[in-house]
Amino acid sequence: MAGRYEIRFSGAGGQGLILAGVIMAEAASIYDGIQAVQSQSYGPEARGGASKSEVIISDETIDYPKVTQCDALLALTQEACDKYSHDLKEGGVLLIDSDLVLREPVGNFKVTKFNITNTAKNEIGREIVTNIVALGAMVALTGVVTKEAAEKAVLARVPEAFLELNKKAFHLGYDKAMAAKA
Amino acid sequence: MAKKVAFLQGNEAAAHGALYAGCRFFAGYPITPSTEVAEVLSAELPKVGGKFIQMEDEIGAMAALIGASLTGSKVLTSTSGPGLSLKQENIGYACITEVPAVIVNVMRGGPSTGMPTGPSQSDVMCAKWGTHGDHPAICLVPASVQELFEETVRAFNLAEKYRTPVMIMPDEIVAHMRERIVFPEPGEIEVVDRKGPSVPPEQYKPYDTSFGDVPPLAAFGSGYKFHVTGLNKMQDGFPTTKAEIVQAEEERQVRKVEANKADIMKWEEYLCDDADVIVVAFGSTSRSARFAVNEARKNGIKAGLFRLITFWPFPEERLLELSKKVKGFITPEMNLGMCTGVVKGCIEGNAPVLGIFRVDGEPINPDQILDKMKEVK
Repeated sequence: MAGRYEIRFSGAGGQGLILAGVIMAEAASIYDGIQAVQSQSYGPEARGGASKSEVIISDETIDYPKVTQCDALLALTQEACDKYSHDLKEGGVLLIDSDLVLREPVGNFKVTKFNITNTAKNEIGREIVTNIVALGAMVALTGVVTKEAAEKAVLARVPEAFLELNKKAFHLGYDKAMAAKA
Repeated sequence: MAKKVAFLQGNEAAAHGALYAGCRFFAGYPITPSTEVAEVLSAELPKVGGKFIQMEDEIGAMAALIGASLTGSKVLTSTSGPGLSLKQENIGYACITEVPAVIVNVMRGGPSTGMPTGPSQSDVMCAKWGTHGDHPAICLVPASVQELFEETVRAFNLAEKYRTPVMIMPDEIVAHMRERIVFPEPGEIEVVDRKGPSVPPEQYKPYDTSFGDVPPLAAFGSGYKFHVTGLNKMQDGFPTTKAEIVQAEEERQVRKVEANKADIMKWEEYLCDDADVIVVAFGSTSRSARFAVNEARKNGIKAGLFRLITFWPFPEERLLELSKKVKGFITPEMNLGMCTGVVKGCIEGNAPVLGIFRVDGEPINPDQILDKMKEVK
């Protein structure tokens, strides 16, 4: 890759977006051996409120740890999409939850949408893995970390009892994004 | 053998740096955005025979720290915003009683409760003037997860070496950011222990200046007894109002740091040699600044970065030197001009100092710095 690639995971507090960002960054930094920095911004609420997690991936040293011009944005809620899509660059990747984000930002973006939250809830059976479904999809759409590295990073982060659940969520997100890809 | 690597948050790195330095006691009260320091140490300290106490408040935590340090332990607390204000009374007590202690203060918006989850750099003056009276001040301002680990080790070393409290102040971005860290092997980074007494208990005085400006410190429980008070004291630790002793002791306490500035101060100069404009920055803001400097160089602007790693003592002499050959300084900071004022104060009007101030909970981005560079003629 050449230079910085800037990714933002956004949604509501409590949806596990910070963890999704951490896993993406770990995939790059620990398993793919390139540079990554993850940072976050959230409100004082324990749940709810717009929340974001930013990941910068680069083959060079990363100075500024935040997004300057977003290459890829995940928005799981309308509020997050409205608040965090302003600096998505032209031609950038936009992944949205098709059930929850009804007003898309105006612009020339590569938009992919599917029912991310309901996939976790109905097809995996646990809404709590929404973040891992979304992560799988972002890995597919951005291509900045390898699928293998991302899977290893997911499995290294979850408790033994939930390995299969998360693995399934990751792969389902990956496959659905590939199928829905614009 | 391959070194241990991990992808860690700044606060977690500070906790591991403390353990590397030999910290065996933590007392604190959890507060965003510093809580992870306490969280990690609550799990790790018991494993190495250390003690973790969650105190009733920050005042009590700082008091517990002083007591524990006097038994010979290396001690740490972590806090943020209002917690730092509460600790100030006992930070002054640690200064005058000359008790080593390390305080991690993660900078969030203020004053008062301010913006608990937002980044800030507005506590740097509090590190020097927060507690009343003349006293030594050491404040470190790291900019990366790796550096936060290493500077925490150095904070302990300085506290032990100079018998004084040391503050380490990452802003919220550095404290909550995650990066790859390579753990140093034991022995790879120097670890300093305080100097103990070389005389028997009956001859020991806790502030005996015949050993130099930093008197040896005996540990309570090791057979040595001495008096500890917040009043101005004599060499034996008992209070005094004798003018010449008070004057000499106050001066010595400040001199411990001032006369050893060369050992304590640390900064990084990036492309400063031929620079027309130098950005003076610290913490996460210095990362925006480096990005901006690289961009500026691509556009033919001779920009450089002077990155503070210690905020106190401040590298006044070096900035004065640089001020004679630059067209201007830019001082981006997440406060309303604290570093800017200090820079202006040390360069004797040799060059303009253009501040960029942000207190809205958002970081200063590279574009803001690049725009400001255009104002330097």
